[in-house]
Amino acid sequence: MALLTITSPHAHNKTQTSWVMQQVLLATLPGVLALTYFFGFGTLVNIIWAAILGASIEAVMLMIRKKPVSFYLKDYSAILTAVLLAIAMPPYSPWWVVLIGMLFAIAIAKHLYGGLGYNPFNPAMVAYVILLISLPVQMTQWAAPVGADGASFIGLQAAFLNNFGFAPIIDAHTMATPLDVLKQNKSLTMDQLFEANSQFGRFAGLGWEWVNFGFLIGGLYLLSRRIFTWHAPVGFITALTLVSLIGYQSGGSESGGSPLFHLFSGGAMLGAFFILTDPVSSAVSNRGRFVFGACIGVLVYIIRVYGNYPDAVAFSVLLMNFAAPFIDHYTQPRTYGYGK
Amino acid sequence: MSAARKVWKLPGGVHPPENKQQSLTGPITPAVLPKELIFPLGMHIGAPAEPLVQVGDTVLKGQMIAKPKGFVSTAIHASTSGTVKAIEPRPIVHASGMTANAIVIEPDGHDKWRDRNPLDDYTTLNKNDLLELINNAGIAGMGGAGFPSRVKLATDKTINELIINGTECEPYITADDILMQEKADEIVEGIKILQYLVNPKETLVGIEDNKPLAIKAMQIATEGTDIQVVVFPTKYPSGGEKQLIQILTGKEVKSGGLPADVGIVCQNIGTVQAIYRAVKFDEPLISRITTLTGKALSEPQNKEVLIGTPFDDVLAAAGFTSKKSELIIAGGPMMGFTVESTAVPVVKTTNCIIAPDKKELPTPPPAQACIRCGMCAEACPASLLPQQLYWFAQAKDQEGLKAHHIMDCIECGACSYVCPSNIPLVQYYRASKGDVRKTEEDAKKADYAKGRYEARLARIEKAEAEKEAKKKARQAKANAAKQSKTDKDAIAAAVARADKAKAEHANDDPVAAAIARAKAKADGTAPVQSEADKAKDAVASLEKRLKKAQDKLETAKTSNDENLPAFESSVEKLKAKLVEAKAKLPKAAPAATVDTDDPVAAAIAKAQAARSSAGGLSPEEKLDKDIASLEKRIAATGKKVAAAEAEGSDKHEILQSSLAKMQEKLDAAKAEKAKLSAPVEPKPEAPAASDDPVQAAIERAKAKRKAVIAQSPEERLKNDLASLEKRIKTTAGKLEDAKAEGSDKADILETTLSKLKDKQAKMLEELESL
Repeated sequence: MALLTITSPHAHNKTQTSWVMQQVLLATLPGVLALTYFFGFGTLVNIIWAAILGASIEAVMLMIRKKPVSFYLKDYSAILTAVLLAIAMPPYSPWWVVLIGMLFAIAIAKHLYGGLGYNPFNPAMVAYVILLISLPVQMTQWAAPVGADGASFIGLQAAFLNNFGFAPIIDAHTMATPLDVLKQNKSLTMDQLFEANSQFGRFAGLGWEWVNFGFLIGGLYLLSRRIFTWHAPVGFITALTLVSLIGYQSGGSESGGSPLFHLFSGGAMLGAFFILTDPVSSAVSNRGRFVFGACIGVLVYIIRVYGNYPDAVAFSVLLMNFAAPFIDHYTQPRTYGYGK
Repeated sequence: MSAARKVWKLPGGVHPPENKQQSLTGPITPAVLPKELIFPLGMHIGAPAEPLVQVGDTVLKGQMIAKPKGFVSTAIHASTSGTVKAIEPRPIVHASGMTANAIVIEPDGHDKWRDRNPLDDYTTLNKNDLLELINNAGIAGMGGAGFPSRVKLATDKTINELIINGTECEPYITADDILMQEKADEIVEGIKILQYLVNPKETLVGIEDNKPLAIKAMQIATEGTDIQVVVFPTKYPSGGEKQLIQILTGKEVKSGGLPADVGIVCQNIGTVQAIYRAVKFDEPLISRITTLTGKALSEPQNKEVLIGTPFDDVLAAAGFTSKKSELIIAGGPMMGFTVESTAVPVVKTTNCIIAPDKKELPTPPPAQACIRCGMCAEACPASLLPQQLYWFAQAKDQEGLKAHHIMDCIECGACSYVCPSNIPLVQYYRASKGDVRKTEEDAKKADYAKGRYEARLARIEKAEAEKEAKKKARQAKANAAKQSKTDKDAIAAAVARADKAKAEHANDDPVAAAIARAKAKADGTAPVQSEADKAKDAVASLEKRLKKAQDKLETAKTSNDENLPAFESSVEKLKAKLVEAKAKLPKAAPAATVDTDDPVAAAIAKAQAARSSAGGLSPEEKLDKDIASLEKRIAATGKKVAAAEAEGSDKHEILQSSLAKMQEKLDAAKAEKAKLSAPVEPKPEAPAASDDPVQAAIERAKAKRKAVIAQSPEERLKNDLASLEKRIKTTAGKLEDAKAEGSDKADILETTLSKLKDKQAKMLEELESL
């Protein structure tokens, strides 16, 4: 009788990489819903468009690299990159901006570095930064949230027509983001700022509070499913809270904004739970991931308040991607049998 | 005892489906008697046992058929009575499906025991005897590794905790569980024996909380003893020795260390029971409880199995349907390995055989990319970073692997179990560990080889330098002889030779060195007085040495020392040397009196005196002297050889080889002289004492050489060839002898022979051309 010889262990749990990716995709839903509710269908249109591009570019790259296409496509990693980039981009970015972004994300940041698992930088963030630097106009045109200065909801059709260049409407709908307003502010106290600008909400930006809350909910769901450990998000949130507390200065005109404002503005929660937790490009040990997250938190605040760009998650993540091996070196866990 | 004792948390770990209930439906079933029993000699860790039986021997049940070889080894016993059918390689339970030497026994069906000597009170035995008894009963760790129990128990360290491992954390396996349920009393008695052996402060029985019946049974059995049953949460791999120690005591065994280093001895439940049976009833380890489970078996069960029973027989007894199954696992699903054939035997470590159906433990899908999700690091009980190790393993980066403690991986498989990309991580680590070990061994070997190589280079270099020096000296001498026949040049050449000789013999013959120095004086550059002093010093030192040697000889004689002959010979030698040295005195300082006892010395002294009056030595004279001294030395060595042979001393060979060397030197010197005397007018010979045999020999040699010179080149070649042939013949004879004796001289002789043959070939060519 011919018997199979297989190396141990012979038992395996059912968790698959594709399942992990699907869970992450699922967890973006609350945030995406909030984005759509406050900023219209633009993000959703971009997500679909980016996903199609992501899968196609991935397939082409796999073919070029002579890898089994369907086997690797099924890991959903390209789709996830596409969705994260689309969420991070302004909702009414033109189709070709998304195309350029996806080309950079999948072809260059991922496959030219060796494909899934080998990329030192988060592909979505690489693409985001490239676009932000190369196309600052398109990448800083955020729509006004519904309810601010009488901005109206943009429907699916309008969003589609705008994004694909048939009927541009975005120029009439743009408005500076709260982070932008805060950065330009030189004289108003925080309270005055909130009163004077309709895009501000209770403690952060109108709509942005909910968007970030949505991503927080999604992140907590992933934590509960043990998709990733708490270390990087908690490190990030703790550090951002601490440094913004230091720079709050009681909300005076020199204030850098309250901790709540920073945690619920821009890409903070998206970054904390969906970008920092990208295992490929982050530090590997739990301690390392905490340090990684905390450093990003500090960098985000510094760049937001003192840098040239209103938001800073992408820059901070890329900077710390560089530092991940360094962090790994100093945060190796104590192995059994090596003293206490 | 209560179970409220503090337990520590195991980092990492996984919770695979337990699948233990299938095999726990009934009691332990009795053993079956197969058609043949196979006993691999290396079924334990350590040196394989040494067979005590031969093919055709009849053996009784419990008879030792192989004895331990060395300290880390244990005995093997026949598990039934029968006949030894074969001792040959058989497939064994091993991940590689390899074969290994095994004793094969054909049972006679009587199952007849040897005589047994039950021991009622083991405390009548001292610890060493008890340990010996345990090892002679073939007890080795039955939890999986098969480490001889004696080694663990024979610790001289202070033991704080004796830990009995009833964890059985691997899914499917229930052998220890059922044993605790059914034989708790025997286990407790066994524990008491261990307590007697290692004298622990505490005795803990660790059991996972998924075995309530076993816990209950052990709690009842340990009532009224100082043995504590400690229950802790179920998690794989809590049953690893290091992990269990951590859970029960919070201590960690140092990397590369042993539990005894932290005052702990750990034994498996089954082993403890086997020790009890061995000590109490004189029943060696010839059977064990093995869990038979998996969906390809109609009757999963725990079975008592005779060690050596082929899997086929065991599986058949449990209703195995081979159609349902495509793999058989020895051990558990996490660390067990698939066997290549069901003909392999159950050994002391076979705690479980799983025959899963095709869906039960499916082959994992192909591996995807590692996304460094870190689930493996979460699962690792040793707090390693498996994802990093994986990258280092792929890159074969041994530095990185070692820096991330690859050698501390316990290969539990938790990382592979959780990996969402189905990467066979443990396989990578096993291979990497092998590579690291190999590299370390290779490095050691390389260091050793490097040392040897450098020594060899140094030898070759030295030999080359000597050759070169000889060649140059020869050339210089020949040139000198051709171009100038004045004494001065000849003396210069002689001095060069003397210097060379001094360098060559500086270590072995101080007298020769002294002579060389004395000769150098002849060209008038060296101050006479100092040379004379040196010669005097040499004589004084020799006298001192001689006195010492004589004293030693006296003591040796009185104490009947076995080195007596050696002392005697050394005294003789020193005496001879002293005579020689004294003989040089007059030449160095003509005023000194000459000891004329020795005719040889006298002759030399006379000759030298004559030469010093002549004002120097011609090259030919120098050669004559060399030849004479060599011949003398040859004669002395020949005597020594004879003496050594008579004594059967192992010096014999060395002496013989040095004799051969001297002979060669002599030949060379003679050849040189022949060359020299051809173009140079023979000098007036030093007056030779006709009664001196050495001088006579020199005369003969000279005469012979002259005759040779007189010959035509062709004749000379022919003569040389003849002598060479003779030498080849003798060397060949010696080689035969050496080979027959198995002497390590054979190699040297072989090279000598081949060199001689080369020479012969060259000469033949030369002859041809002439």
